[in-house]
Amino acid sequence: MSDITVKDFDSWVKPSWCPGCGDYGIFAALKHSLAELGVAPHEALVVSGIGCGSKLPDYMHVNGLMTIHGRPLAVATGAKLANHALTVLVVDGDGDAYGIGGNHFIHTARRNPDITHIVENNQIYALTKGQYSPTTPQGRVTTTSPEGVIERAVNPVAVAMAMGATFVARGFAGEPKHLAGLIEEGIRHPGYALIDVLQPCVVFNRVNTYAWYGERVYKLEEAGHDPYDRAAAQRVAAEWDDRIPIGVILREDGAPSYERQVPALNAGPLVERSLTDVADIGALLRRFM
Amino acid sequence: MQVDEQLDSDISIRIGGDAGQGVESSGAGFCKALARAGLHVFAAQDYRSRIRGGHNFYQIRAATRPVAAQRVPPDLLVALTAETLDVHLEQLPPGAGVIYEESLRLDERIRFRPDAAQIDAKGLRLMPVPLLKTAADHGSRVMANTAALGALAGVTDFPLERIMEVIRENFAAKGSEVVDANLAVAAAAHRVARERHADFPHPMPRGDGRARVLIRGNHAFALGALAAGCRFVSAYPMTPATSIIEYLASIAAEYGVVTKHAEDEIAAVCMAIGAAHVGARALTATSGGGFALMTEALGLAGITETPLVVVSVQRGGPSTGMPTRTEQSDLLFALHASQGEFPRIVIAPGNIEECFEAGARAFNLAERYQCPVIVLSDLLLASSLQTAEPETFGTDRVSIDRGALLAPGAPAGAAAAHRPASGADPAGPSPARNHPWEAGAYPRFAVTDTGISPRPLPGDPAAVFTATSDEHTEDGHITEEIHTRARMMRKRMRKEDTALRDDIRPPNRFGPGQASLTLVCWGSTTGAAREAAARLTAAGTPCAVLQFQDLWPFPADAAAAALDAAGLTIGIEQSYTGQLAKLIRMMTGRALDRQVLAYDGRPFSPEDMLTAVQRCLNGEIQVHVEPGEPPLPLATEVGVNV
Repeated sequence: MSDITVKDFDSWVKPSWCPGCGDYGIFAALKHSLAELGVAPHEALVVSGIGCGSKLPDYMHVNGLMTIHGRPLAVATGAKLANHALTVLVVDGDGDAYGIGGNHFIHTARRNPDITHIVENNQIYALTKGQYSPTTPQGRVTTTSPEGVIERAVNPVAVAMAMGATFVARGFAGEPKHLAGLIEEGIRHPGYALIDVLQPCVVFNRVNTYAWYGERVYKLEEAGHDPYDRAAAQRVAAEWDDRIPIGVILREDGAPSYERQVPALNAGPLVERSLTDVADIGALLRRFM
Repeated sequence: MQVDEQLDSDISIRIGGDAGQGVESSGAGFCKALARAGLHVFAAQDYRSRIRGGHNFYQIRAATRPVAAQRVPPDLLVALTAETLDVHLEQLPPGAGVIYEESLRLDERIRFRPDAAQIDAKGLRLMPVPLLKTAADHGSRVMANTAALGALAGVTDFPLERIMEVIRENFAAKGSEVVDANLAVAAAAHRVARERHADFPHPMPRGDGRARVLIRGNHAFALGALAAGCRFVSAYPMTPATSIIEYLASIAAEYGVVTKHAEDEIAAVCMAIGAAHVGARALTATSGGGFALMTEALGLAGITETPLVVVSVQRGGPSTGMPTRTEQSDLLFALHASQGEFPRIVIAPGNIEECFEAGARAFNLAERYQCPVIVLSDLLLASSLQTAEPETFGTDRVSIDRGALLAPGAPAGAAAAHRPASGADPAGPSPARNHPWEAGAYPRFAVTDTGISPRPLPGDPAAVFTATSDEHTEDGHITEEIHTRARMMRKRMRKEDTALRDDIRPPNRFGPGQASLTLVCWGSTTGAAREAAARLTAAGTPCAVLQFQDLWPFPADAAAAALDAAGLTIGIEQSYTGQLAKLIRMMTGRALDRQVLAYDGRPFSPEDMLTAVQRCLNGEIQVHVEPGEPPLPLATEVGVNV
């Protein structure tokens, strides 16, 4: 048993999220899972993007790196490659992960670095006050879609699976205990783990509320879903509207993480190497002679 | 490095043919042989953005003294195709030699040209050699480029054994049959050339036998970075920067380097920022278009005080521009890239030795000032093959300074010892007011007199901290509090003052003590400028060169003093707008007297420069270089009114 508790992650800065925001549940779940796993604040690096939810590291006593919109996966990948001893997590929103950072999302999914990616998916741009996001349902009226959204919504779990992700899960901010379990499993998974989180936005998304989700979500583990069954995972990923599955949708064990396959990292984290361990570049120079 | 204008110990050769004919490999192979013979070499390929087809050529200059520029016109042209002659004929000076494939019948081709009489008056030495037949008889027709090398050695009386040595090495991987056939082809072509053209009056200068390094700027930069402890490079391929990550990837397993070919330049720079944030010496390499994509992240490194190194190898712009041509048009862009204001350092190597040094120095500057360092190189510098003394690149020449980096565990003491900056920032409330470090958060962005804060790394139990792209408190939490904002801006920007005081170099000056004329330049044009200045000085006009290596923070005082003692100043830049001149004017209030601007993407030769300088001396304020302009006679003294 570790002696790390949820309190160890408390910061003097208090969250500025709206009362009732789904981010509170995600925040609680994250702290709980780190404590449960015995990861101390100095052993983790939480990288975020831009948006309400991406301020999470600011409210937490942990190594935090709040980056720019859409880029936390790329920053986190660099950090993980340079120090794979750190537990690296990315916390960002649906705009970050599936919109502006979509390219990084699909490539990180197939790259498989040991990073746990928690997406606070509220289906709206909230910090900028209510524009449609990549996951906003078709037809929804927002400030930038007064006639309704024309595009189809991104299905992030299906995209991650299509790109070869080795751990794909969906959580619900209204079920923080269940979500904490998913985050724990994601951190334990030695590769890229996507945890898409249904996050009610109490101000700008009046449709997908706690009550709306509460009527629809069901837990995959209770329904007997086998996450190792890729075909079953595909079917589950397609479910929405009437019944929304939460839990581990797909997992694949045994696939090596990206960093485990980089020869330069066999001897340990890059940052622990001496900068002068290339004592003499003479041997390289002779190749130019 | 000394630059010499003696032409009798200096030869300029062009090898031209179609892409795919082995022009590049033959040219590079020949350069290796020349370097091993103890000659100084400057060589570059002139090519287009395509894989096969189309004329391309390799230009080689070999001399008994160091050379840092091309010399036009060529003394000798090796033509593998008829088109080669058509393209280069105009630039061939009287008496120049042309080695060509015999069956091309170039003598007849010239006879049927409308300007045949003028060409005849040049007295070109046409030297046909049966390259294809020799190749076919002794090996195979695809070895015609090997035959050309043999013939070239024969005509210039260069030791065949040097060529043979390079052939043995270059073809070793293809097996002894291929090696032997190429050796036989080279020897036979050499023999024919000696028999027929031994009287060519421009032999290869004799080298001093001292082996030198033959290297490109990109490789020199990569070696410097490696020697300085760079173990992480993330990049997206873009000409002419690609060879930096390619080279480091080729030695990655052997030397323990992490190289990541990212999905785009935004990912590349962000990965480097992530790696640098946790303590690696991290690099990203790109060219203008990629650098444009990196600009937002540059500001992230600026406000999170991350030691990021970006090398941007300039090429012809704008947009896709001219991917395989050289230019210096990204200077002001590099200086101003990204929104808002944050400290940055911009340096620009001007020769191969400075490329190596910049590769190492950039990381020391980045860690000392905890800010992005941009190294501006350019295509000519990055991809030209040049010789350098091997000692220049010694690991012993590289010192590693990680600045205010804290050892694990050290932050506990450092935080306790931290006091608000003394005289530097008297206004404003105590920083402790809203930063209860006793709660356990580490003041990663502590305000100091130098602007530099002690830097722990994530993972240290004594220093858990947050960093953010938002304005923040000393312990890295988001704030818009009015006093904190002002203090943090001053703290960060103060690092530029500290850098200016402790690290930024004044412009390099070369030339006679008293000069009536000074050429002002940066980057790869420095080599040609120094040679042009030396020739002007020898011709009776004392001419100096002022090279700006450190461009930001701008060494304004040193620049002003140097310009005030410079005589007539002529800015020499490969851009349309003369960005260095603008920078100088902005920072010193001094306007350069004249400007020479070239934007044709071709390397600046000393000859082009002399012609342009002469136009300046004749009274033109701004000279836009015309490609292929005939040289003007050199004035023996300056007689201009400034």
